[in-house]
Order: sequence, then structure tokens, then C-alpha cells
Amino acid sequence: MASVRQFKPEEPWQAPEGEPIVRIENVTKRFGSFYAVDDVSLHIHQGEFFSLLGSSGCGKTTLLRMLAGFETPTSGRIFIDGQDVTDIPPYERPVNMMFQSYALFPHMNVADNIAFGLKQEGMAKAERQERVAEMMALVQIDKLAQRKPHQLSGGQRQRVALARALAKHPKILLLDEPLGALDKKLREQTQFELVNIQERLGITFIVVTHDQEEAMTMSSRIALMHEGRIEQVDPPRRLYEFPSTRYAASFIGSVNLFEGYVVQQDDDQVLVQCDEAGGQLLVRHSQPLVPGMEVTLALRPEKVRVISHLDADAPNQLRGVIKEIAYLGDVSIYHVELASGKRVQFTQSNVQALAEQPLTWDEEVLLGWSANSCGVLTE
Amino acid sequence: MNRRLPLLITILLFGYAFLYIPIVSLIVYSFNESRLVTVWGGFSTKWYGELLNNGPLLSAAWLSVRIAALTATLAVILGTLAALALVRFRRFRGRGSLEVMVTAPLVMPEVIIGLSLLLLFVAMETVIGWPAGRGMTTIVIAHTTFAMAYVTVVVQSRLAHMDLSLEEAALDLGARPIKVFFAITLPIIAPSLIAGWLLAFTLSLDDLVVASFVSGPGSTTLPMVVYSSVRLGVSPEINALATIIVGLVTLAVLIAGWVLWRQEKRNQLDAH
Repeated sequence: MASVRQFKPEEPWQAPEGEPIVRIENVTKRFGSFYAVDDVSLHIHQGEFFSLLGSSGCGKTTLLRMLAGFETPTSGRIFIDGQDVTDIPPYERPVNMMFQSYALFPHMNVADNIAFGLKQEGMAKAERQERVAEMMALVQIDKLAQRKPHQLSGGQRQRVALARALAKHPKILLLDEPLGALDKKLREQTQFELVNIQERLGITFIVVTHDQEEAMTMSSRIALMHEGRIEQVDPPRRLYEFPSTRYAASFIGSVNLFEGYVVQQDDDQVLVQCDEAGGQLLVRHSQPLVPGMEVTLALRPEKVRVISHLDADAPNQLRGVIKEIAYLGDVSIYHVELASGKRVQFTQSNVQALAEQPLTWDEEVLLGWSANSCGVLTE
Repeated sequence: MNRRLPLLITILLFGYAFLYIPIVSLIVYSFNESRLVTVWGGFSTKWYGELLNNGPLLSAAWLSVRIAALTATLAVILGTLAALALVRFRRFRGRGSLEVMVTAPLVMPEVIIGLSLLLLFVAMETVIGWPAGRGMTTIVIAHTTFAMAYVTVVVQSRLAHMDLSLEEAALDLGARPIKVFFAITLPIIAPSLIAGWLLAFTLSLDDLVVASFVSGPGSTTLPMVVYSSVRLGVSPEINALATIIVGLVTLAVLIAGWVLWRQEKRNQLDAH
């Protein structure tokens, strides 16, 4: 999973003195007895491309709608740029939203749609026209000014919706599944454009998405949500490499999980007894753990290698039989059954597979990985 | 399939004949030279001319048109408000009863509507002195009560299909709720308001039963004039009048249908 974002040396969430542009404090939203959002606290900083990621019903859209002002929190406060906006109606908030359905006004042409927000704030006509032209140039729809929404393609509508939401130069742009309605090709292309536009304007983007790939590609940070709560907030790379909970590990990409308990810890090396793996596994982990503590080890399939012979000094070597092979073009996924019956997945690029002798069904293989490759999950 | 076609066409023809022969014969006889309605005496438009000289008939027609226009306007305003309440505010005290009350006139016999309103007007006059006597005001009120039900149904279905995020988007872009209603909601539901207005206008223009109950001296509507003169024998003049009314009503219904059809088509386009 590649990130298109250049990692900048300054990471605003690392700086303790910086005032976040969005401060969500212990926000809960209840519908009847259902907790859509459950005690969420979150700081988002100026210039971030922040994603709220989760499966449907996890509360991400409700959280976004509370930022826009369409829902009021049952408890908790929301601050935008230092101002408490919890009880401020949507039409007085310095944020704009791009809707999943785009919500273009069907009785207005493209230019009027984009100008709508500017008209509401009483901007003079000449200035307004200039801003509309600027916005249409930004999203490359200059020639469509006079079209009505029903005369536009899906991709064009998406651009108009983006231009309309950006026209007022909001402090924060909220995007609800911005690419959800586009087909796959267009979606990939638009991801890059969104990031470019965001970096050019420097406006903070908060995106709701259920698509992990989309979130990984575009975001500076991702908040993974599950059942109304935040599981983990981290940059994409960290979220993938070091998931902090079992849910986070299994939601992003695929993962092998091993249950076990801590045998001993020396410095930053932990020895875990794992019956499923038929022995002890060695992982690197710097936080102190108590011997006997139950932990789960998370191992990404691409970190597993096939090794030719047992090495007495190397840790983490397992013998198994290949049961399934899924060919995906660039890589293949192999399911290996261990002596305990536990299945382990690993992937191998097909370039590599062709170079070596190809692996096949019911072949016995020896798998290995380094101590750095595994993550330790305690939740 | 082909073998069943002749049968289908026959049934279709019977259906159309059943519906339209009475109207066609009425139109044909309105161009009859003879004073005897059932005897064809050659083509003439003289009854249309006579119609113009019939003072009471023309003033009744003018009254009916004014009542219908007023009724349609009031029914559209009230019906739209009722539809908004039913569609937009999902839960409120008395929602169920409002829904029933608003649509009750659709199924209530006209005689009962007329009678109950008459009783109400009489009681109101005794207690608060308004409406003083019965006339155009009471007819308009009575017509509005049942025409509103039709408008509510038409507007309600349009509102229910409207994407709520359109209103949210307008709020989000800084428009206050009142502004959102006039700049976004109203233009989008406008076709259903026009259709509702035409429907209410037609209903009011047609109505005999309710109007008979709540009208007073000096407020005779067109259907009442027609009805009372027909009782003394059908004159070709009435045929001419009926032809004009049929023409107007057909036009109104066609326009309403066209407006709704165009809106439906646009909705389909928007859906992609």
C-alpha cells in the first residue's frame, strides 16, 4: 500500500504547543439506546488530510455530521479553531461539506451552484464571479459553467461538488465518501487530485471513507473507528506496520494472528509461547510485558519468507503444507497449514515465484520471518 | 400474442366508448341547430353565441372561476404546509391524527363534508359572528378543506423523493432555514405545487354538492346553475357550456400531467 503523500518533516500532531484546528472532546451521540459515537476525543491539526475510516455503522459519518452541525452531540464539546461550535447551527460554522450524493441543486447551473455559498455571505457580484471562475479552473470544469447537474457525468458532478464546498474558503472541508460513487479507474486518478488540491490550498480536509486503500493513499493521519469508538489514530504507515489492537490489525490489509503468552522479555526482545505455531516465537517489543500475560502476535503475509533449510540460530521458523494458492496477477497468496491445523497466509510476488522454483499444492515448505516483522497486540 | 391482439383492441375500444361516448355526444349536440336536444337539425354555433347573452350564467361562471382560483391558492399553501409537516418532521405529537385528518376528505362522502361544514358555519356565526351569512367565503373555505387533501398528497410524494442532503448542503453553505426553503425546497417541489393548484382548481370548479350546502343567496356557482336549469329540461346552451368546461378541464389535467411527467423524467436523469 503506497502513500502518495510526501512525508513532511514537520508533523503537526507531534508538536505539543500547537493549537489543533479541531478539538473533539469526549463526544457521545446516542440515538435512543444506540451509541453511534461513544466518548470520542480527537485533535486534528491545520493542514492535515485526516481520514475517519471504518466499516458502515461505525459512527464515522455521525461524527462528520456533528462537525458540520447537522447533529448535536448528546454530550461532549467540539471546538473549531478555538471556538466552541457545539451549539452553533451549520450555517454559521466555518466549515463546508462535500456530500456523498454531491447534493447539487438541480434547478441551478454549475456556476450558480458554486456561487450559492458566496451569495449567502453577501459577496459582491464581480468578486463572486472571479472566485467561481477560480474554483472551476481549480477542479478543471471551466467549460461547464452553464450546464445543469443532470447534464453532467458522475466525475464532473463530483468536481462541481468539490468546487462548491471549497468556494467559501472554509477553515475545514468535510468530505463524506468523496470518491464512493466513482468507478475504480476514475477513483484512483481523483485520489491524487484531491491530495494535490488539498496541499495547494492548505485547507484541512476531514474525509469519511470505508475504503482502506483510499484512506491509506490520501491521508496524513487515519482514525480507525469501530462501534462508535476510535481504535487507533496514526499515519497510514504506522497504522499498517504497528496496529495497536486486534481489530486494527485485521481491518487494514490481511494479517496472521497467533495467540500466546509471554515467557520472558530481555531488553526489547519478547519470547512468546504459542501453541498454534507449535513452539516459541521471538518478537521485538520495547514496552514492558509481564511474563504469563496473554498476547496476540500480528504478522503481515508479505513479511513471511520461504526458506530453504532450517537454521538453528534463527528464530521463527515453521513447517507447513501449502493448501491453497490464489493468483492475483502481481502477487500470489499462499495458505499454509501447520501441524496444529492453524493456517498461515503469506504472499510472494510472482516475479520472485517465477525466478525460483514455483511452489505448488501440497508441497511442504519452511516459513520464516525476523523478530522485527511481528507486532504484539495486548488488546 | 398476435392472435390475442384483436381481442385486446376490441376491449380497448369498448373501454374508450364507455368513457367517452357521453362526452362526445354532448359536444356534438352543442353544435346542433335544433332546440330539441335529441333531434339533429344541422350544424350551428348559435348556442355559443346565446351563451354570451345569458347574464346569470356568465356571472355564475365568473363566480366559480374566482372561487376556484382562490381555493386552489389557499389549498396549495395549506397543503404544502401539511405535506412539509408530515414528511420533514418525522415524529411529533399528533402526527398520526394529522395524517388521517388531512387525507380524510379524499374518502369522505361529499354530502357529509357539505353538511358538517354547513353546521359548523351556522354555529360559528352564532358564536363569533363570522362568517356572516353564507356566500363566496364559505364556499371557498369548504372547497379548500377538501382540495387541500389532494394537494397534500401530491406535494407529499414529491417531498418524500427529494434528497434531504440538498437542504443540508444549502444550510452548510450559509443559508438560513427560511432562505433554504425559498431558494432550494420550493423551486424543487414547484412542479408538484403547479399540478396541485390545477387539480384543486378543477375540483372546485366541478363541485356541486358541497357548494349547494354552504352557498347562500346571491352566490350561485356554475354547476348549481347548470343543475337547476337541467331540471327544467336540457337546453343546447347547456351543452355548449359543458363543452367549454370539458375543454378547460381537459386542458388543466393535461398541463398538470405534463408538468408531473417532466418532473419525473428529470428525477430519473438526476438519479444517475
